[in-house]
Amino acid sequence: MEILLAIIIGVLYAAAIYMMMSRSIVKLIIGLALLGHASNLLIFNMGPLVRGRPPLIHEGAEVPIPPFADPLPQALILTAIVIGLGAIAFAIVLVRSVYQQVGTDDIDELRTTER
Amino acid sequence: MVLIISGIGTLIFIYAGGYLQGDPRIGRFYVMILIFMAAMLGVVLADSLLLLFVFWELTSISSFLLIGFNHESEQSRRSAQQALLVTGSGGLALLAGLILLATAGGSWQISVLLHQQTAVTTSPLYLPALILILLGAFTKSAQFPFHFWLPNAMAAPTPVSAYLHSATMVKAGVYLLARLHPVLGGTGEWFYGLVIVGGITAVLGGYLSWWQTDLKRIMAYSTVSALGVLVLLLGIGTKIAVEAAMLFLLVHSLYKGGLFMAAGAIDHETGTRNVRRLAGLARQMPFVFVGITLASLSMAGIPPLLGFIGKELIYEATLEPETAVWQLLLTALALLTNIFLVAASGVIVIKPFLGQPNEDTVQPHHPAGLSLWLGPLLLGLLSLGLGLFSNSTLVAKWLLQPAATAVYGHDLVLKLGLWHGLTPMLLLSGVTIAAGAGVWWLHERWRQGVMAVDAALAPRLGPEALYDRGFDGLLRLADWLTVRVQDGFLRHYLLWIVGTTVVLVGTALLRGKTAVMPSQDLIPGPNEILLTLVILGAAWMVVQADSRLAAVAGLGVIGYSMALIFILYGAPDLAMTQFSVETLTVILFVLVLYKLPTFETKDSTPTRLRNVVVSLLVGAMMTGLVLAANAIPASTHVTDFYSENSYVLAKGHNIVNVILVDFRGLDTMVEITVLSVAAVGVYALIHTRKQQQETAVEERRSES
Repeated sequence: MEILLAIIIGVLYAAAIYMMMSRSIVKLIIGLALLGHASNLLIFNMGPLVRGRPPLIHEGAEVPIPPFADPLPQALILTAIVIGLGAIAFAIVLVRSVYQQVGTDDIDELRTTER
Repeated sequence: MVLIISGIGTLIFIYAGGYLQGDPRIGRFYVMILIFMAAMLGVVLADSLLLLFVFWELTSISSFLLIGFNHESEQSRRSAQQALLVTGSGGLALLAGLILLATAGGSWQISVLLHQQTAVTTSPLYLPALILILLGAFTKSAQFPFHFWLPNAMAAPTPVSAYLHSATMVKAGVYLLARLHPVLGGTGEWFYGLVIVGGITAVLGGYLSWWQTDLKRIMAYSTVSALGVLVLLLGIGTKIAVEAAMLFLLVHSLYKGGLFMAAGAIDHETGTRNVRRLAGLARQMPFVFVGITLASLSMAGIPPLLGFIGKELIYEATLEPETAVWQLLLTALALLTNIFLVAASGVIVIKPFLGQPNEDTVQPHHPAGLSLWLGPLLLGLLSLGLGLFSNSTLVAKWLLQPAATAVYGHDLVLKLGLWHGLTPMLLLSGVTIAAGAGVWWLHERWRQGVMAVDAALAPRLGPEALYDRGFDGLLRLADWLTVRVQDGFLRHYLLWIVGTTVVLVGTALLRGKTAVMPSQDLIPGPNEILLTLVILGAAWMVVQADSRLAAVAGLGVIGYSMALIFILYGAPDLAMTQFSVETLTVILFVLVLYKLPTFETKDSTPTRLRNVVVSLLVGAMMTGLVLAANAIPASTHVTDFYSENSYVLAKGHNIVNVILVDFRGLDTMVEITVLSVAAVGVYALIHTRKQQQETAVEERRSES
């Protein structure tokens, strides 16, 4: 499964970069979202994969019973997901605003803020 | 050395108070000079090579700030930049050299390295390390061909020139060479490198000094010359040469600090530093006169001042090498240098102080205050006193012997004295003084000619002209590169960044010898294979989509599939967050979707083809990177800490939650702040738009 995940990560990165290099600003944002997904998966893959054993401590016990999934990447990704949401939300609204102000979605034409 | 830094530093402090009296920037001045003092003490006291380097750079930076103290003057700014660039690039070389040295010697501690001489000098890294360290030391100590920044640095206020650019900072290079002499010294490369560069610098500095008309420039070039002598002596590296170097270091700091302060006092009182316009100051400024005379006599090496003993020792050192050629050459170099220095000291004192005033000369506005003459006088008296009592234990045994021993690397006993009997050294001293007086006698007549030669040669051959050309070239290169790399197209920026990463990481991956297969590979079940196919299909859908809705739908599919992966591999918290965030994102997209432009293919086919190739390369690189990273077992000690302590310390059953809200609680708080800022931004963007629409509607109404 690790190999499959590595392939998924590679494909997501490729798709993200392809979208980001487009001249359309909406594609740029979708590419940005894809880049976030790819990075999260990358971090997730850095800990050893463990099937179906979340890092929880059972009632009465003081330490979790191994094997359990690595909690550290999970904590990092949790933060990343939420921050990603903030960034994407802001970017979407910004693009909408830019489009309404300037009337184009071509990044190459966005050279001035005047209408 | 510490004594020099703190002692002269104190006098400079008193002196600067008088020199900059009433200047509103005096506070800034004190701050900067204190920073410098601390940094300089750090250089001298540091035992770790890296620490030494950090302080070394700090002295460069504070020197830059102090030279550019009169930041309104173009000349000051240029000199400051020049000094920073020259010493800074030398500093880079030094850093590389120190790293090589530490690699060769196996330690970062100078105290350890001192016992590693054989290991270091036989190492293949010795020559590059030596060259780089010499570059650092030579730029700092203004050795040929880097000497040009020092006279220009005289744009700094005089207290700074007196302190940084004669007594202390420029000695840092010499200090470094002295400190590392037991490790690096004793080889042919060391001898030739130091003797040749030091010799050229000594003679050139001396030659450039005596015909200048600006008091401070005379002193600056004689400083360059003195630094050359020091490097030369360290290059010879025998017992006597090291003793001579340490003594001369002290001698020079004493007299040059005094000379500069006296020059500053003259400048302050008369408004000029041009020796042609100064005359007969002895009556108006008696204390400065005594101070500057003592200092100049010491510089000229006239008994019974300390400078005389210093000069005797230098001659003794240059007469020491075994081959007659070197004896002759070195002695000739030293003789020539000293003749020039004698002439220069004559120029400094005789005309400005004893000459007959005429209509061209300027009279002082008022007598110099206590703080202005105290420094020069004290340093002058010190030169005299230490010279008279040079055979006392204080000077020889306590001040110089430990320093010389440390530099030489073996124990030695130092004996100084005014009278050694009739020796070749005494004869040479006599010749020096006589010839120096001769040069002084003729200097007015020769000056015109020498200046004409200098004006003809300097713009074409001088190192400063080369520096200027190099600087212009650098700027042009930067322009050229910037226009090409940052051409204003966002995609091209991305292309450069991504391209560089792929090339660098890709090369490393391809050349790496690590296995590229993961250390563990779970056999994927049918559901996992299906999930993989779904994600790959969705990615294809996003890339291919003609409509915005299809692309957003594909993005949503990828997001939800990721949540499924999180569930499968024991991350329910992640899955929950991913589900809700993905839902929100899709909703957000759909809400504003119809206010967004439709998809059009704007790029030409070749461009798209290029993009495809680049993207595929990035994807391949990332896959390779993940596989290579997985091949290395991850370190688990952080994870172990969290899982062992999450209940014990934080009383939480869910380790991920405990990490977020407890162990890394501050991070989470900052994250919340970021989210709030984003929310405020979103709100503001929507709101401004609404307001603009409302005002537009109102305007239209009022028009109709």
